[in-house]
Amino acid sequence: MINEFILALPLLLIAIGSILVLMLDAATRNKQIVYYTSILVLLGLGISAGYTLQFDVAIIAQADKTISANTIFYGGMSAVFDIIFAMGGLLTLFASREYLQRNYKEINECYSLVLLAVVGMVVIAHSNSLIMLFLGVELMSIVFYILTGFFRNREHALEAALKYFILGSFASGFLLYGIALIYGSTGSLILSDISQQIASGNYNSIYLSIGLGLMTVGLCFKVAAFPFHQWAPDVYYGSPTAISGFLCTSGKAAALVALVVVAKNVLSVETSNVNYLLESTTARNILAGISACTMIIGNLSALAQKNVKRMLAYSSVAHAGYILMGIVACSTEGFYAVAFYCAVYLFMQVGAFAIVGFIEFRDEGNMLISDYADLRTTHPALAAAMACFMLSLAGIPPFGGFFGKYFLFVAAIKSGYLWLTLIAVVASIISMYFYIGLILTMYFKNNENPINVGKMQGTKLTVALSIIGVILLGIMPNVFYGLFNFTF
Amino acid sequence: MYDLVKFVPLLPLLGFLFLGLLGNKIKNEKIIGSIGCGTVGIAFVLLFSMFWNFIQAPPESAVIVPIYNWITIDDFNIQIAYQVDQLSLLFGMIITGVGFLIHVYSIGYMHGDRSFFRFFSYLNLFIFMMLNLVLANNFLVTFLGWEGVGLCSYLLIGFWYDKKFQGTRLTWTGDAANKAFITNRVGDYGFLIGMFLVFITFGTLEYTSVNQAASNAYMSYYGSGIMTAITIMFFLGCTGKSAQLPLAIWLPDAMAGPTSVSALIHAATMVTSGIFLIARNSVLFALAPDTMTVVLVVGIITAFTAASVGLVQNDLKKVLAYSTVSQLGFMFAALGAGAFTAGVFHVMTHAFFKGLLFLAAGAIIHGMHDEQNIKKMGGLKSYMPKTYFTFLIATFAISGIPFFSGFFSKDEILWSVYANNGILPWAILAISALFTAFYMFRLLYLVFFGKERFNCEHGKPHEAPATMTIPLIILAFLSAFGGFLGIPDVLGSWASESPNLIHNYLSPIFADANRVLHSHAGHSSHSSILELGLMLVSVLLAVFGIYKAKQYYSDPAWTSPRKLVRNYNGIYRMLLSKYKLDEFYFAVVVDTLLNFSKNFLWKIFDVKGIDGVVNGTAKGTLAFADVARKIQSGIVQNYALLMTAGIVAILCIYIFI
Repeated sequence: MINEFILALPLLLIAIGSILVLMLDAATRNKQIVYYTSILVLLGLGISAGYTLQFDVAIIAQADKTISANTIFYGGMSAVFDIIFAMGGLLTLFASREYLQRNYKEINECYSLVLLAVVGMVVIAHSNSLIMLFLGVELMSIVFYILTGFFRNREHALEAALKYFILGSFASGFLLYGIALIYGSTGSLILSDISQQIASGNYNSIYLSIGLGLMTVGLCFKVAAFPFHQWAPDVYYGSPTAISGFLCTSGKAAALVALVVVAKNVLSVETSNVNYLLESTTARNILAGISACTMIIGNLSALAQKNVKRMLAYSSVAHAGYILMGIVACSTEGFYAVAFYCAVYLFMQVGAFAIVGFIEFRDEGNMLISDYADLRTTHPALAAAMACFMLSLAGIPPFGGFFGKYFLFVAAIKSGYLWLTLIAVVASIISMYFYIGLILTMYFKNNENPINVGKMQGTKLTVALSIIGVILLGIMPNVFYGLFNFTF
Repeated sequence: MYDLVKFVPLLPLLGFLFLGLLGNKIKNEKIIGSIGCGTVGIAFVLLFSMFWNFIQAPPESAVIVPIYNWITIDDFNIQIAYQVDQLSLLFGMIITGVGFLIHVYSIGYMHGDRSFFRFFSYLNLFIFMMLNLVLANNFLVTFLGWEGVGLCSYLLIGFWYDKKFQGTRLTWTGDAANKAFITNRVGDYGFLIGMFLVFITFGTLEYTSVNQAASNAYMSYYGSGIMTAITIMFFLGCTGKSAQLPLAIWLPDAMAGPTSVSALIHAATMVTSGIFLIARNSVLFALAPDTMTVVLVVGIITAFTAASVGLVQNDLKKVLAYSTVSQLGFMFAALGAGAFTAGVFHVMTHAFFKGLLFLAAGAIIHGMHDEQNIKKMGGLKSYMPKTYFTFLIATFAISGIPFFSGFFSKDEILWSVYANNGILPWAILAISALFTAFYMFRLLYLVFFGKERFNCEHGKPHEAPATMTIPLIILAFLSAFGGFLGIPDVLGSWASESPNLIHNYLSPIFADANRVLHSHAGHSSHSSILELGLMLVSVLLAVFGIYKAKQYYSDPAWTSPRKLVRNYNGIYRMLLSKYKLDEFYFAVVVDTLLNFSKNFLWKIFDVKGIDGVVNGTAKGTLAFADVARKIQSGIVQNYALLMTAGIVAILCIYIFI
């Protein structure tokens, strides 16, 4: 029998660690200590999550969970996502330090806020109760509102934060109402109980449908899926660039893992109840429609952008659409594909945003695509890295983005959503235009004075780690898939 | 022995890494050049020694040489492994052999270029990718190479990225590179979907197992929807990479790259990968008669269209580019008619003579100081005798003059199209062959004969250096005699039982496909008199084309062509503007998408006020004011409105469906 404290180690470490960093910040003026402690905490999260991965899911299922009253899910998929979130936090910290210094905004709150957001994400990934899920989503979202308005003297940062806050509260309301209806329908908040109730037919089907619909709305807002995506470009654009990468990768992954948790327990219950099958198929079809619209609209909007950061912001909407395919598939394979894509997407998008932040001149200069012309001559390594990220985002082998798409497409086809795959393929072709366009600008366009910015060690670390991640996931996807030696 | 195949792609890869990382430290062009050529040359020697072993004692089945396990997930297992068999050896030798000659040529051609090392590192990378494409034992590794060659093609087309380039809505070489890449992507996704469907149908991606499974159960697969879907998707991929209609538009613009690139990638090797893919999966295609018809029709239409456009172009490389598109059309027509060997044979001879034509064109452009307009050339024969001589041999070969290499391969295509599909497809191809002879000899007369129409402000034209002429001579030799590997039975039956060496060599590869084809179509026999007669007709047509070209263009005033242009101005303009295909694509696809995105999604869906901020500091305070105003005018409500509409829609679906 495993002690529950050992299983809860990742959660405890990150929760206590983030508060510790917050207190350290108040106690000392030494920024270095706070920065390095934050890194240590995130490393601790990653390592402890890796440690819990070794336990077999069946053994964990038998473990005594009285302390958490069975509201927390341990090991398996949640541990994999812990590692993804820890990685996301680390990459963000590395990239943000010098970025903030250059913009004269190095305030330690940034680090503790990132840690707190990670706490929210970890809670979502570990939730076995709808209330835990809601708490995690809210904790993360509230931190995100603050991070978005971090440059508080920039008006569009404030505008973005305000918009995000207002619309986010709107969406949280729906999420909570959906949770309430599901509770009303099945009489439980514990997800494993809910699926048992559904399997035995003890539930109110109308409440369940509406509850599912409202939860879909709330979570799709957090994922930034159509038609709830409009806040995303503003927010990703208004946030500090190093943070934007965090919002649209880790934040998105957290919202997606929430969807995975719900889909796994509520949408894919094994039962012969015809009514239920009909309902879950409807829910999946709605998600499929949302996914299709999201990728098309996201890519088409990105097509017109002249600003790199905005282009990446819109493309991030499109990627949410791709990842939703894994949830539409609603199979183990689909959920694996979601986790895989989240990991790859983390590396490529954070890497790309880190480069944008690196190149960004104070007060948001150097952000147009045309500013990147001939980057090859001044920063050959950065240009090559950016090219790799763009190729990976476009889904070209041997980069990780290719396998990410491959697994998602295969999962969707196997679940009978060939039409969705075809739409995804068309959307990917459209996206080639702007991804390759940026490479074209960096490599083949002449520029009298190509931009030249100084050295930034931390950012380079982020970029280097991201490159390694993108390539490793592309040439050895097994390494990551080896983590999935569990059945949830 | 066959384990050596591991080193074949490895060498160019090492060359690429070495030159790419350390090339700018080595200033010496000779060292860079010899490394670049050496890796490809050794790869050729390795392949040739394997080939030699192979024909001495052919193994029972293809030899699979595993490298490493790429992915293993439950039942999904992808190995990186190479497959050594007749087809991959033949293609590998074409790629490394012709590639080696073109590498050597490039030492002279790129002499003095500021990015000499970059050029050779890209070329090496290309060879690596191309070898992966043809040596792969499964679809995914081929796809890797398929994407990789696309990337190299992109890098090399845009190699002189600061050079102006004239094309429809293209102003510099980078645009041409972009166009090639994006057009290719459309085809690549066809490949990708085809691959998914193969995996779902057969549960594996390995060529040997897929072909085995398909041919074992051919009765149930023949003509089935899934086979048609798979093959059509793959063929879409082929139309992209091998520049067939409707995706042919990128190849003529790809001529923006250095000429040796045009020779290597856009004539001899990469563009034939579509042929390779179909030949590799001949069983799948044989099982889908509808797709075969599509392949045939597309091939014939492309051959004819491109040849007709080639008649009137004035840019030396453009003529050759359209000629390539047209010749690729011939190859696809052969595949569509079920004559897989003929298609592959034409790949080989075409690699010789088209590679030669491009290299000679490069020598001409080099000697003429970057002039490409054939109307500004003339009389070059006396200045560049070696180039002239080799160009002449290649022209004979492509025109199908008897006993030059092109004659054998083209004639085999024409005959098999006639034998399987009747007189009409044959006639269209024969007319295309007539056009080919005409435009090639038009080129020859305008460039090498007649009065000198260039001015000598840059100095007189001069012969190319030895590093350039030696590859020309070797290729000329191959263009002249390479065809004897495939003597048709009707001509060689007096000498031996089966004189067609290439046929004998490739027959195990296509045995399954031919079995499927014959079991359904029956083997119709035609008399050898008829075959000889048709051969004679096609030779006469070629001679007629040559005669007309001589008649038109040996006259210094070009009286008759000018009269033709006046009398048939409409047709002339249509051909000159390439049937307006580029304009069509821009108007229908590119502009529509961009406008939709710009005017609708961005300006209406998004806030106009953000636009000001996008421009950042430039608009400064004004933008802030604008944003502030916009916040108060209530944009958030708009967002919330759309959200509410979405919520209502979703709930309605839940409740009412």
